[in-house]
Amino acid sequence: MATADDLKFQEFDDAANLLAANPDATTISIDEPVEIPKNQHSRLQEPGREEDDELLGTDDSDKTELLAGQKKSAPFWTFEYYQTFFDVDTYQVLDRIKGSVFPVPGKNFVRLYIRSNPDLYGPFWICATLVFTIAVSGNLSNFFIHLGKPTYHYVPEFRKVSIAATTIYAYAWLVPLALWGFLMWRNSKVMNIVSYSFLEIVCVYGYSLFIYIPTAILWIIPQQVVRWVLVVFSLCLSGSVLVMTFWPAVRDDNRRVAVATVATILLLHALLAVGCLAYFFDAPELDIPAPIIPAPVIPAHNGTTVITKSH
Amino acid sequence: FPGLADVSISQDIPVEGEITVPVGSHSPDEDYSTLDEPVKDTIMRDLKAVGKKFVHVMYPRKSSALLRDWDLWGPLVLCVSLALMLQGGSADSKDDGGPQFAEVFVIIWFGAVVITLNSKLLGGTISFFQSLCVLGYCVMPLTVAMLVCRLVLLAGAGTVSFIVRLIVVGAMFGWSTLASTAFLADSQPPNRKALVVYPIFLFYFVISWMILTFTPQ
Repeated sequence: MATADDLKFQEFDDAANLLAANPDATTISIDEPVEIPKNQHSRLQEPGREEDDELLGTDDSDKTELLAGQKKSAPFWTFEYYQTFFDVDTYQVLDRIKGSVFPVPGKNFVRLYIRSNPDLYGPFWICATLVFTIAVSGNLSNFFIHLGKPTYHYVPEFRKVSIAATTIYAYAWLVPLALWGFLMWRNSKVMNIVSYSFLEIVCVYGYSLFIYIPTAILWIIPQQVVRWVLVVFSLCLSGSVLVMTFWPAVRDDNRRVAVATVATILLLHALLAVGCLAYFFDAPELDIPAPIIPAPVIPAHNGTTVITKSH
Repeated sequence: FPGLADVSISQDIPVEGEITVPVGSHSPDEDYSTLDEPVKDTIMRDLKAVGKKFVHVMYPRKSSALLRDWDLWGPLVLCVSLALMLQGGSADSKDDGGPQFAEVFVIIWFGAVVITLNSKLLGGTISFFQSLCVLGYCVMPLTVAMLVCRLVLLAGAGTVSFIVRLIVVGAMFGWSTLASTAFLADSQPPNRKALVVYPIFLFYFVISWMILTFTPQ
């Protein structure tokens, strides 16, 4: 058919031609790396997703409906359903991480990088790495700060790992849940052009936490000024990713609600950073020697002792 | 089935034959009936299998022996001994000490399960228990490192001993990661290898950290 040429790919001739020849054929992706069907339906799916519920036309909408449904059509109790959330290659994960660290002003992280293929690999493993990085860095930093003191006995502080894990995973999963619920509720009142699925929000939050990993390592430096500069810097970077993602989703709403939503997102993000810094990293001591000097004891003649204290 | 149209079976031809089970015969079927062998043989066979796998971890080549006949005895022994050796860590208060036995156990097994699930979700072709087996056996260099650390700590806990421990634990960490990657990397889709190897790196890093920060009472 004539459309075979339009859909012709370099390597994936067979699937493209077959699909062009028979557009109503069901495409199933099996065990092999799902390059072929993914390229197909992600190309076709994008216009379908951009105009959310709009009908494009009978044939096209059928095709996009069919292929959009194909992506997560396996029932949720099968293993294949969860495999669709891990459908990313190494270069894609690296691209997404790069996009979260160097936010392009004006470009939306979700549209640019996620493109209807949210993954759970990034959020899960970035959170795991962050948990262990914070725990290990905190332990190291405390060790270096208290190193010279004779009364200091090193402890591994293993309990803090579970505290860090609970905090970070709760932040990375419950806050997106709350935000998604809130956006859904506002969506029912005000029709927004842009709306995100729960997984996309989890994805954005997960990848935006990546900047805290090198920040946590740099927090070992025992200078308060350096630490706070790092907090502000990383907050700006990851905060801007979040703001640029969620501003388009709320800007059509009531002005005050929109601003309040974005402010809350930023506030929670800042709270996480500052809280981790305060809890896991002891404040570095000042370099002033201890003010209290052991008092010399002067024996008085009549047996009483006079103790002088000097500050 | 056109060919069978003219086949008919008469009702009164009896079907006969012989069904016997050879009992107590020394036929090649001996493998399947291990009930009669002495207990020593049974135990030695399993011990030899475990020992062979330890040797495979020590000299990692791309052999499939580790993958084919998986067993979890080795990982269990290694995990228990590592958790036992990590006991007796210093604790000023209960909250600040090293990991307890249950915590080490949970970290190793839960971590291995999560890594296995991760590699399967990314499209790996290895089976669940094979992957657990490999990850568990590759903890062996780190167990050896723990043993060495405890011995070094008996001699003293100064800077020199710390540097020695750091080098030993670092080397064993590298060995563990390389060994498990050598076994597991082939079963992954080629453009996702790094995604699968990174969690294994993190897993052994956490275990190495627990070993390195062990300070006796």
